[in-house]
Amino acid sequence: MKALVWHGTNDVRVERVPDPTILNPRDAIVKVTTTAICGSDLHLLNGYIPTMQAGDILGHEFMGEVVEVGKENARLNVGDRVVVPFTIACGRCFFCERQLWSLCDNSNPNAWMAEELYGYTTSGLFGYSHLTGGYAGGQAQYVRVPFADVGPLKVPAGLTDEQVLFLSDIFPTGFMAAENCDIKPGDVIAVWGCGPVGQMAIRSAFLLGAEKVIAIDDVPERLSLALKGGAEVINFEEQPVFDKLKALTGGRGPDACIDAVGLEAHGVTLDAYIDQAKTAAYLATDRPSALRQAIHACRKGGIVSIPGVYGGFLDKIPFGAAFQKGLTFRMGQTHMMRYMRPLLDFIERGLIDPSFVITHRLPLDQAPQAYKTFRDKEDGCIKVVLKPHEITIH
Amino acid sequence: MTSGVNVAGAERWASALGGAALTAYAIKQLKDRSPSGAALAAAGTALIYRGATGHCPMYAAAGINTVNDMDETKRALAGPRGVNVEDAFTINATPEELYVFWRNFELLPRFMNHLVEVRQLDLARSHWVAKAPGGRTVEWDAEIINEIPGELIAWRTLPGSDVVSAGSVHFKCAPGGRGAEVRVRLQYDPPAGKVGATIAWLLGHDPAHAIHEDLRRLKQLIEGGEIPTTKGQPRGRS
Repeated sequence: MKALVWHGTNDVRVERVPDPTILNPRDAIVKVTTTAICGSDLHLLNGYIPTMQAGDILGHEFMGEVVEVGKENARLNVGDRVVVPFTIACGRCFFCERQLWSLCDNSNPNAWMAEELYGYTTSGLFGYSHLTGGYAGGQAQYVRVPFADVGPLKVPAGLTDEQVLFLSDIFPTGFMAAENCDIKPGDVIAVWGCGPVGQMAIRSAFLLGAEKVIAIDDVPERLSLALKGGAEVINFEEQPVFDKLKALTGGRGPDACIDAVGLEAHGVTLDAYIDQAKTAAYLATDRPSALRQAIHACRKGGIVSIPGVYGGFLDKIPFGAAFQKGLTFRMGQTHMMRYMRPLLDFIERGLIDPSFVITHRLPLDQAPQAYKTFRDKEDGCIKVVLKPHEITIH
Repeated sequence: MTSGVNVAGAERWASALGGAALTAYAIKQLKDRSPSGAALAAAGTALIYRGATGHCPMYAAAGINTVNDMDETKRALAGPRGVNVEDAFTINATPEELYVFWRNFELLPRFMNHLVEVRQLDLARSHWVAKAPGGRTVEWDAEIINEIPGELIAWRTLPGSDVVSAGSVHFKCAPGGRGAEVRVRLQYDPPAGKVGATIAWLLGHDPAHAIHEDLRRLKQLIEGGEIPTTKGQPRGRS
């Protein structure tokens, strides 16, 4: 089959590789009909995530048709059309039983690596370094799905791939970020980062009853998509974020702040430049300038919700501000299976069509170029979907 | 070492009860003319003696002392000889389920990677085959020296084995519906020379890590029904 393979920083290629096979009794093999590039895949492209190996197949947002089922998998049948969540969960451990799916004890074959770095292991992830299992990803024509009797969600024929694909990651991720804000009547939510997850968080915040959403970015087409979603916007290149946020909230500050940027924030403030220099010199691993702003801007007693990915050590976090203002922090990889079915229901009822973020539709063969277009935010690129079995896309 | 109390209170009662049960079982086996009956009856009697006196000659021989619970045991296990490992995992199952799984020694190679095969010789004795360098194997016999159904299995290698080792596994209810805590204590006394090198190879550079991964595989097997793997999945050129 064809698959998108990581070879090193800024080096991904489409190659012929062997087809996947069933390796464990609860596995399934899925023929991928549609897949997408995630903003967090750019952290891999840019070499920010440790424990990648040349030859790794990327991709954790995908859906398709079940073509083979392991002998202990009683939930799926050949021919089922499924969306597959990016987190892999056994469904039977302490954490899975409490709906903390991304913290599954039993799905990471390299648990010892995660224990060394984080103290305990979290769940396995598709196509996202060996620290989270080294599972081959779904930017490929076929993919093996472990514990496939837990994660994959069957989707009705009446909905298109593009309408349901983002149940695999960014819609639940944006939704959990908004849910973590405990939105109450009158609440103003500020969202740093208007990439796909930020866009989903903006719409989810409104679905959950936010009075106002303020979106912060510097990419014009992303800001205009946020505007379309009902948000007010701040271009951080043109306006001082903190002052503007205070002005837009009558001096109160946002009730909750969402950092949908994560470890590769870029900014125009001094700290952002220092972060860049430090990570370049290996003095720090992550660049948290959006997170710093969010903590600083959040109102007293407010919530900082973090769907943006962090992997290592953060420098100069204004912890004093967080402590003195009594902030609450909520974060983590998305507990996917808590959200997939209810959000499918939202889509079926027409409350949201997550395909609004798609700007590029390409065959898998063009994925390497698409990664660069997406990374450089060229050509108005917000979200790329890939078709692994098509040569040309009309 | 030959007298005095080295078995803690609760365990004394459990020993007495377990010993009585084992003796009763053995008597039945004797009636059925089972060859292992006599040995079991002896073991049962020994457990009763231990429960009654608080002294276990086998514990003393293995250098194990459970008075004052864990600290004492740890101190005894961490004696001057050999390699001592202690580790615990919490597994989403009852102590009884885990005890039954573990007690079926022939299943141990499913999660203990260095084992090739375990054969149960009778209720107390078993024969072990483990991987050795160069595709060879190393073998030994072990016997159960203490057992409380649903709670504890303790064993040691039989005299004359290449491998000198003693160990125990405890199963205990974890609080608040969190399953069971499985605690393993293991002591190896690696002999010098070639066999010693084999043992060192068996356990890798880090025996604690090897035991930790064995226990993790047990947890994965019991909870998830399978051990997660990526071995055999497709990769690109590297």
